[in-house]
Amino acid sequence: MGLTPKQLAAKYGLGVSGKRPSLPTYVRQLWARRHFILAFATARLVAQYTTAKLGQLWQVLTPLLNCSVFFLVFGVMLKSRDSIPVYLAWLCVGVFVFQFSQSAVQAGTRSIADNLGLIRALHFPRACMPVAFTVIQLQQLLISMVVLVGIVLANGQMPHMTWFLIIPALLLQCLFNTGLAMVMARVGSKASDISQLMPFILRTWMYVSGVMYSIQGAIATWPPLAKTVMALNPATIYMDLMRYAFMPDSFSKHYYHGGKDASGHALPQHLTLPHHIWFTASAWAVVVFVAGFVFFWKAEEEYGRG
Amino acid sequence: MADIAMSNFREASQDAAATAASQPARTPTVVVDDVHIVYKVHGAGSGKGSATSALSRLVSKKRSPSIREVHAVRGLSFTAYKGEAVGLIGSNGSGKSTMLAAIAGLLPPEKGAIYTNGQPSLLGVNAALMNDLTGDRNVILGCLAMGMTPKEVESRYQEIVDFSGINEKGDFISLPMRTYSSGMAARLRFSIAAAKTHDVLLIDEALATGDQKFQKRSEARIRELRKEAGTVFLVSHNNNAIRDTCERTIWIEKGELVMDGHTDEVVREYEKHNRA
Ligand SMILES: Nc1ncnc2c1ncn2[C@@H]1O[C@H](COP(=O)(O)OP(=O)(O)OP(=O)(O)O)[C@@H](O)[C@H]1O
Ligand SMILES: [Mg+2]
Repeated sequence: MGLTPKQLAAKYGLGVSGKRPSLPTYVRQLWARRHFILAFATARLVAQYTTAKLGQLWQVLTPLLNCSVFFLVFGVMLKSRDSIPVYLAWLCVGVFVFQFSQSAVQAGTRSIADNLGLIRALHFPRACMPVAFTVIQLQQLLISMVVLVGIVLANGQMPHMTWFLIIPALLLQCLFNTGLAMVMARVGSKASDISQLMPFILRTWMYVSGVMYSIQGAIATWPPLAKTVMALNPATIYMDLMRYAFMPDSFSKHYYHGGKDASGHALPQHLTLPHHIWFTASAWAVVVFVAGFVFFWKAEEEYGRG
Repeated sequence: MADIAMSNFREASQDAAATAASQPARTPTVVVDDVHIVYKVHGAGSGKGSATSALSRLVSKKRSPSIREVHAVRGLSFTAYKGEAVGLIGSNGSGKSTMLAAIAGLLPPEKGAIYTNGQPSLLGVNAALMNDLTGDRNVILGCLAMGMTPKEVESRYQEIVDFSGINEKGDFISLPMRTYSSGMAARLRFSIAAAKTHDVLLIDEALATGDQKFQKRSEARIRELRKEAGTVFLVSHNNNAIRDTCERTIWIEKGELVMDGHTDEVVREYEKHNRA
């Protein structure tokens, strides 16, 4: 009977337990779990607010409070609103869109580490976790969108044909966020120190993306190469797409006087959409999604170890 | 003294393995080959540390001093066959739950390999359930987490609720799980977990839940599951449950195999050892 355990296993066709499936199989398994992902995301969202008195209302209140703070500081005190025609709506779109990517990164980073119990108890493609957390963020964004439409209307912007562009813009950002969340999930599952650094990185990203002021105005005098690099920032691109969709007027020459403001600052000529913005937005979405997915799948069998 | 006793047990276990090997036509379903499992524990000691210390640690590429390793399983080897029910016993922290998680493929071994037939499943959905959700939502979530399709969930739903007996005293299934007594929650968890059949079934202390009536019912359900499953592993501190359910038992201590053989023999030695 001199069979080694390995030979014995081979003889009876046993496979290595917990082995990483091939990429196509993995995609199929993940697709088969779509109902679980949705149920998990919804359950999380519901459970998150049940202990707060105002309940789900916080989903709307939190972004609104954020907007008010930014409006007060950047709009009124730092006078950003003088250079942008519909500042309030412009700001809120930026805040909500950036928040969408930011929270996808934050939730993605913790998605494996915080659910280790679940991962050690049950079998499912681990990508369910970062994907589910992106779905949670999307659900929250959709709620915020309702608020946003109210703000935009109140800011004097009428519904427009360009509003249909909101849908493809959101889809692309979703894809981008999911990829990013999967990268962060793998990184966060190993080095728990990363989660301590994330606030710094995210804040830097927010300030260079021009959420509360026009980044174009701020870098108008920079060398062309630096301008191109700044224009490739995915957060800026997704914000600009959404701003254009909601209020195409912000990008129209009519609304800018040029010249100088009261304190002698040069006002921007007018805001422009970068060239090929839809192409860049799609490229970011596809590349980050595919790369993130493969990067996450490569460590599939490791996530239980913690 | 204890060491001599241990080596005696090892010989006994080798005998058992030899007799097992000489029986023809047994199909192995789980082969565990010299497996080592190591947990890495982050944040042991000085807490989480500030962002700046994290930065300096990342920059200097030094391993965080707060990572500790726990060597939970040290070189276990055994083979389980089709139709077998195998008990796992040992004192607290001896590595039983860890071993089950590794067989299920949820914890990758540091060294060695585990070969299985099909997909072994842990009987446990506790981790997927959420206390703030109502019982019925938890049933659905738990079933989906175990890999059922929405259709299967729909057809099983009533069966699960009835088996758990949660609704015997009124409409409790529509209340959040945090309002359940610990026994009620345990009953619901077991009912969800036991709703699915598996090739290789791994059960960790699931029998110790609920009142006596429910314990009877769950033991019967486990026997049913065993008939449908190829192989069952049962971890329990209740030696009688092991005697009733398993014909073979493996005794683990400090992550190492102490004895592997017929339940009667192994449990007798285990009880003798514990009395001393
Ligand atoms: N998540 C974890 N992180 C780090 N160490 C762990 C973890 N889980 C278990 N251990 C360690 O692994 C060893 C074995 O634990 P395990 O849970 O397998 O014991 P057990 O035999 O199931 O015990 P019990 O009878 O109490 O259930 C213990 O030393 C324990 O401290
Ligand atoms: Mg245990």
